[in-house]
Amino acid sequence: MTEASVLDRAWGVHPQVSVRPERFGALLYHFGTRRLSFLKDRRLLAVLEHLGEAPTARAACEQAEVEPAALPAYEAALARLAATDMLEERTS
Amino acid sequence: MSVATPLVEHFAHGLDSPICLTWELTYACNLACRHCLSSSGRRDPRELTTDEAKAVIDELERMQVFYVNIGGGEPTLRPDFWELVDYATAHHVGVKFSTNGYRITPEVAARLAGSDYVDVQISLDGATPAVNDDVRGEGSYATAIAAMENLAAAGFEGFKISVVCTRENIGHLDAFKALADRYRAQLRLTRLRPSGRGADVWDELHPTAGQQRELYEWLLAHGEDVLTGDSFFHLAGYGESLPGLNLCGAGRVVCLIDPVGDVYACPFAIHDAFLAGNVRAPGGFAGVWRDSELFQELRGPQAAGACSACSAYDACRGGCMAAKFFTGLPLDGPDPECVKGHGEPALATVEPGTVPRPSGDHSKGVRPAPVTAVPVSLTPRRPDRACDESPLAGLDPIPSNALAGTDR
Repeated sequence: MTEASVLDRAWGVHPQVSVRPERFGALLYHFGTRRLSFLKDRRLLAVLEHLGEAPTARAACEQAEVEPAALPAYEAALARLAATDMLEERTS
Repeated sequence: MSVATPLVEHFAHGLDSPICLTWELTYACNLACRHCLSSSGRRDPRELTTDEAKAVIDELERMQVFYVNIGGGEPTLRPDFWELVDYATAHHVGVKFSTNGYRITPEVAARLAGSDYVDVQISLDGATPAVNDDVRGEGSYATAIAAMENLAAAGFEGFKISVVCTRENIGHLDAFKALADRYRAQLRLTRLRPSGRGADVWDELHPTAGQQRELYEWLLAHGEDVLTGDSFFHLAGYGESLPGLNLCGAGRVVCLIDPVGDVYACPFAIHDAFLAGNVRAPGGFAGVWRDSELFQELRGPQAAGACSACSAYDACRGGCMAAKFFTGLPLDGPDPECVKGHGEPALATVEPGTVPRPSGDHSKGVRPAPVTAVPVSLTPRRPDRACDESPLAGLDPIPSNALAGTDR
């Protein structure tokens, strides 16, 4: 997986992942891998909520009003979530 | 973005719903382990009915509790065990259950291997029949191994072998790991607590100071390969933190529901002093979790007490609440197994006969005690960390600059 391409691909939250909003962001639990993850930011949760419908992760970030200067941090977070199967790439 | 407050602080102040919780379904057990933390043996006639248990699951689903750690007793002895497991997973509540292996036949193993939402922990407290059976009872080693064979043969990868570390088995750590590798399982080590019948054998079975050091070094060497349920954060006083959040989740992110529906701060604290309420009350489990005075107090600031002058306090946070309570130590002082050696002198000042006894005893051969409230005065402040069965088990120390983190 090329790091730079995460933002330009289409993603969705893995169907086996449960997302629970929290004051600090959200908790994610993957029933398949039995891993617990956390989002430390409400805006990242908003990105995830747009992810399944957006043509690219970059578009989801725009919809969630992520500042351009903050994009690299969101890219890194999304890459980490993808690497642990919390996110799944969409082909359509 | 607002990342000023470290995540661990949010957890320490409590979440609106637990991440997971321990749910002991029955006090009935076919074994009589000497260190049983819930003093199990006989079923309690007041245990939750199938419908009541399902109502609890409905609540957990509404609260988005990710999974329950089901235990007992031996939970598979409940005639409705599989019905409840199916009900929970159908309602998006994952199940991880602890068993001595007695009911893990090839058929059951095949069924378990087919479910993504059910995980199994086989209890084993010695890598030889002699050491294991001394604590867990004759034949229990063979039963556990047979269960592991069945799970492995069915293709269930990654089930857990769950070991309570004792003076007798610290020398078996490598053998436990080899056993886990052999069955493509994962090793899980947890701390012996003086809870339940564990109070009676703690002096005899808790690891020596030298063994604690050995365990610490071994855990550091094996890192995230071995699960600990955040059990050993009192060992962080040696210098380095072990993998995990090093947080006491009691009443903050975890709790215990016992077979009769009583809600306790943690599975090692079955005593009226840590009883928050009962799921049968009008507010149900959610009401207890959100409103109980005890849990509110645990989510407030905690004082270091006698430990405040110690350089290790920031690492160990005074250790485990339950370990202190059931050895008669004040909650705002050192852990009985304090790695700086403050436990021994503190224990020496405990007056015989003043140590609190666990509230219920369901051991076979013991008459049920009359149900009476035991008046206990609590120190107003509890230590800020401690526990096991933490869902945080395996959470990474959180990189402060990351937006997302993952456990392991």
